[in-house]
Amino acid sequence: MKIHEYQAKVLMKQRGIAVPLGRMVTTVDEAVAAVRPLVEESGNPVVVVKSQIHAGGRGKGRFVEHPDVAGVNVVTAGISGGVEAAEAKVRELAEKMLGSTLVTIQTGPEGKQVNRLYIEQGIDIERELYLSVVLDRATSHNIVMASTEGGMDIEEVAAETPEKVLKETVDRSYGLQGFQARRLAFDLGLEGDAHKNGARFMQAISNLATALDTDMVEINPLVVTKSGQVMALDGKMSFDGNALFRHKDVVAMRDLSEEDPAEVEASKYGLSFIKLDGTIGCLVNGAGLAMATMDTIKEVGGEPANFLDVGGGATTENVTAAFKIITRDPNVKGIFINIFGGIMKCDTIANGVVAAVQEVGLQVPLVVRLEGTNVELGRKIIDESGLNVVSAANMKDGARKIVELAGGNQ
Amino acid sequence: MSVLVNKNTKLIVQGLGDAGKFHTDKSIAYGTNVVGAVRPGKGGQSVRFEGETDHSGVPGRADTYSVDVPSFNTVKEAVEATGANATVVFVPPPFAADAIMEAAEAGIALIITITEGIPINDMVRVKEYLGGRDVRLVGPNCPGVITPHECKIGIMPGYIHQAGRIGVVSRSGTLTYEAVKQLTDNGLGQTTAVGIGGDPVNGTSFVDVLKIFNDDPATEGVIMIGEIGGSAEEEAAAWIKANMTKPVASFIAGTTAPPGKRMGHAGAIISGGQGTAAEKIAALEGAGVVVATTPSDMGSAMLEAMKRAGKA
Repeated sequence: MKIHEYQAKVLMKQRGIAVPLGRMVTTVDEAVAAVRPLVEESGNPVVVVKSQIHAGGRGKGRFVEHPDVAGVNVVTAGISGGVEAAEAKVRELAEKMLGSTLVTIQTGPEGKQVNRLYIEQGIDIERELYLSVVLDRATSHNIVMASTEGGMDIEEVAAETPEKVLKETVDRSYGLQGFQARRLAFDLGLEGDAHKNGARFMQAISNLATALDTDMVEINPLVVTKSGQVMALDGKMSFDGNALFRHKDVVAMRDLSEEDPAEVEASKYGLSFIKLDGTIGCLVNGAGLAMATMDTIKEVGGEPANFLDVGGGATTENVTAAFKIITRDPNVKGIFINIFGGIMKCDTIANGVVAAVQEVGLQVPLVVRLEGTNVELGRKIIDESGLNVVSAANMKDGARKIVELAGGNQ
Repeated sequence: MSVLVNKNTKLIVQGLGDAGKFHTDKSIAYGTNVVGAVRPGKGGQSVRFEGETDHSGVPGRADTYSVDVPSFNTVKEAVEATGANATVVFVPPPFAADAIMEAAEAGIALIITITEGIPINDMVRVKEYLGGRDVRLVGPNCPGVITPHECKIGIMPGYIHQAGRIGVVSRSGTLTYEAVKQLTDNGLGQTTAVGIGGDPVNGTSFVDVLKIFNDDPATEGVIMIGEIGGSAEEEAAAWIKANMTKPVASFIAGTTAPPGKRMGHAGAIISGGQGTAAEKIAALEGAGVVVATTPSDMGSAMLEAMKRAGKA
């Protein structure tokens, strides 16, 4: 699960981690009203207007409706014109940004509608650095990664100048130790107050990552101010979905409007669903089999319309929901149900499919392949339902049949 | 011969909810020796399992079974009373890490964890706890381990298995079943099938299982089923190239998976261009592994690998 930048900053602030002052707004008037208190409290006439969407690359992104406006804008009008000038500029920007569609390298060409802005104080930046906390799967530990190349894509830095990516392993029991944080801060070239603040920042971020069960925390850029403060100028966080049960405050931050509606609907029923661009809908049990089903459809000349794993604990109701989500996609020209029951019983799948078809009808060809736990019972339910279903002997056979019945991939 | 589990395995069950009960029953029907269940607060009671014998399992049994499985409050009590040497964990995700550590503390040598959805940090903690102890954790988020006609632990359908010559190891449950059925159909059969699970932090790796199969005299070849995400397949490829004396076939799921999306399994994600199927397939082929192009070709890929080694 992902959250917005402003939410990540709330979580950081709660743990004493330095972030700029800012306010999240959803209307133009709120945006304008945020300016004066920010300028007065920070003593800095500069404010920044930042689009809040889950995708990255906002600074370089542009709005479809206003190609001259970027996703993030620094308002300097207040330096010479005072607060009123800053307010006027913020009004002009907020009018263009709110409700408009921002396209960045991560949104795809269709872009994302901006419904929230974050109005933030300006910062006198001395240096821009990079910091993140991610799981290192090879060692089963979190690692803190830092680099002097703030604002850059870390994967690019790692590919081109791997020596510039600094890493420290976080011990699960003891956390990131002081000496490790100091070492990182020295290697980043921090001195004096900035060194002390930087080391403290890194320990706090590492502790936050463990305490909140994050998948990833990325601060890019992490900035050193002219006065030696170390602050998160941006903040990206995603969380381990399996651990959300113990983080109600994080769950409350979920913004469903940022997620694909079909994927949200699927998650309500415990289904793992990912929409793709093809024409063959897939309903499968098990993540590996679901991926392999997509691969097989492609191998025999089709294109999968989705990834869908109904999981092991699915009920008839969940399977019905899965079937409905697939049939709702207008691109779907055929459906392939591929089940190898283990924890999932074939009769549960069969009952779910029959119930769904009775409820929503069946406008496209349906191929079913059943194998595994309670397979005989499952096949019997399908046979006796009178549904127009084509049976398949195995996965490849089923994939071939559905691609053919769906008319290739035209 | 077999690895990890066999007819001498004495199993206890942790977590007798609906799923735990259903699959414990299937294991008993198969002939697995289930000696106890851990149900905190219900020690002293027992649970009856009865039904029709699964004759695809342990041979030479009556057509029906009726077994009273005693319950214990703690794993330690269960081990002391029954001499259990393996446990299967069905405990729900918030409590699963605790259950695994309890089993390790009680001295159980093999802990097979079926539970899906354990937080990563919990598993990191579990791995630290297990470090230095003489215990093997298989899973979590896995189908379990089966040695055909001897012992079935987990959620796999028993009837698709046939004792034979091939060791099976997989990150995916359902793809394990695909491979197993094809090996049964083409007559190669299985020595033992091990599901290592789809989570990014797990107890047993591909390399761990490859080593075990390489040392097992009955196992003549190995099929390894991987998927996108992480680098376990690449590590396995390097190990195979340097050490493996037996033919290996493989399949990697997720060739068509889009980057940056978690494909069901917590561990199945291509991030930063790392962990793609293409890289893994290239590494395995570079180690002399026969890689199947679709999961329906896993059995024939294994046969091909055996032929190349002069074993079929």
